[in-house]
Amino acid sequence: MSATDIPDASRPRGAKRGTTMASRGLTLSLLLVSSVYFLFPLWWLLVSVTKPFGRQFSGNGLWFDGFDLFGNIGRLTAQNDGIFWRWMLNSVLYCGIGALVGTLLSAMAGHLLATYRFRGRNVLFGVVLAAVLIPKILFTLPLYLMFSGIGLIDNPLAVLLPSVVSPFGVYLARVFATQSVPDEVIEAGRLDGASEFRIFRTVALPMMLPALVTIFLFQFVDIWNNYLLPAMVLSDDRLQPVTVGLVGWNASHGVAVPAPLVVIGSLISVIPLIIAFVSLQRFWRAGMTAGAVK
Amino acid sequence: MRPTGTAEQTAAAPKHAVLPGGRRGRETALGRRTLLLFGGPFAVLFAAMYIAPLLYATVSSLFVVKRSGLGLAPPTRRFEPLHNFAQAFGDHDFLAGLARVGLFAVVQVPLMLGLALGLALLLDSRSARAKGFFRLGAFLPYAIPGVSAALVWSFMYSSESSPINHLLEPLGVHIPFFANGAVLWSVANIVTWSWTGYNMIIIYSALQTIPAEVLEAAKMDGASALRIAWNIKIPAVRSSLVLTTVFSIIGSAQLFNEPAVLQPISSGAISSTFTPIMSAQAAVAAGNYPYAAAQSVVLAVAVGVLSFVFFKLTSRGENA
Repeated sequence: MSATDIPDASRPRGAKRGTTMASRGLTLSLLLVSSVYFLFPLWWLLVSVTKPFGRQFSGNGLWFDGFDLFGNIGRLTAQNDGIFWRWMLNSVLYCGIGALVGTLLSAMAGHLLATYRFRGRNVLFGVVLAAVLIPKILFTLPLYLMFSGIGLIDNPLAVLLPSVVSPFGVYLARVFATQSVPDEVIEAGRLDGASEFRIFRTVALPMMLPALVTIFLFQFVDIWNNYLLPAMVLSDDRLQPVTVGLVGWNASHGVAVPAPLVVIGSLISVIPLIIAFVSLQRFWRAGMTAGAVK
Repeated sequence: MRPTGTAEQTAAAPKHAVLPGGRRGRETALGRRTLLLFGGPFAVLFAAMYIAPLLYATVSSLFVVKRSGLGLAPPTRRFEPLHNFAQAFGDHDFLAGLARVGLFAVVQVPLMLGLALGLALLLDSRSARAKGFFRLGAFLPYAIPGVSAALVWSFMYSSESSPINHLLEPLGVHIPFFANGAVLWSVANIVTWSWTGYNMIIIYSALQTIPAEVLEAAKMDGASALRIAWNIKIPAVRSSLVLTTVFSIIGSAQLFNEPAVLQPISSGAISSTFTPIMSAQAAVAAGNYPYAAAQSVVLAVAVGVLSFVFFKLTSRGENA
């Protein structure tokens, strides 16, 4: 959390220099108000999950009231033979595999665009950029029809294949490759007689690594965020990711599935993402800053 | 708001970033094998998952599905390139959805980016303390997927359990989150909550690139913090503001997850054609894919034109 990994370490850090009590107080109170706004729904979720089952929607919702977190998790697990955990596993697999393969493809294409000159390079790059500007959701309907045409409905590939293509990832990988892999290193590899792929694998890839973690993380979230695609191409609920499953539970209006279970499932389903973001903070902040340099 | 991907400031990639040492000769001629090895996998998948659906949708939109009166015979397809588009432009619900999303963008995008810029400037100011905590706190909602965020907020809004209205009760205030006039702004609030921190981080990253000497010099000249913010910092983050605006416009066009999740509890305030994407979904559900495709094409063209116009308007006097 220190300022060491961002360039503002170069700024004078004399805390008291040039700031008055009043401006510090005002700044702090504005920041506090904003963080209350950003964090209170998550706080409500956290408090609700610890309450005894059935009290999720009573009281003021912002303070603890009894404790039965483990009983609640037990109920969630018992619902529909533990399907919730299967959903969680599906989500982690779809997002993990999709983001991993997608990052690798982006890194290779980005390296290609940054390192080599070939006919049609600018056209290729232009097409990739244009693709970034088309709302992704518009591809979902035609993909659904194409997949039903070739019998890919209810096949995990119907979620994975579209997920691994990330034009924005290619764009970023190109920027990062240009920034973080100096020519001299590539040249040195060639002089040593290494093949182009070996240079990429042993030289360029490690140098791009922090940036690639950023690409991975954002693609992971992107896939997790994409609700419509899995909702359309997967009708078998044992294949669905957790977002589709929870929305399905929620739509039953507490009839088939008690509403508190949706609350408990919602909290558990966001924990992996929060952990990923907090623990990889160093990487994505460095990555975002790298992207910010003109 | 669904900006895709991460923080990238330069709206167009550096054509040839000046490399350390100032040489530009990193490109080498390459063999076809290397080209296919590095670019092939992405190109094949890109063609299959992006270009093919795009062509498929465009071609489909030019056909008309005709059903026989009793629905006994299989439906037939006839080439009538303008029919679906004429229908879309005469479809009151679809046009209302387009207008709704347009209004949403006009209000929500400036509000969200204003908030993001304000927070970034506050965090960048010398008066700020606990920067790491505030930065992470604002960014955390981005880690909550759109549908999950909508689920969480649906509990915040619900008429039985809303903790917000619970807190406001003593003041005699009650917010009708699902009233016809309010529901669009309830959706806008979820989107703002989710994306403000993300945009703030992008703008904040751009602020970090301002050389400390420039800020020092301005201070020496006696410029106030507000004046420095207005005359130095905001111009410096201009290109990141342009970029986040374009992504936010694209995000508005994609509005689907949040209203779709809120729909069952909105007691009718959110119709099945609330946004253009929801309209297209409804057309598919009714078995009329070509019409859904035409709606998607109209939406894509509208977004493209808007983004292009916005780029053109902001690139005048661009010194980057």
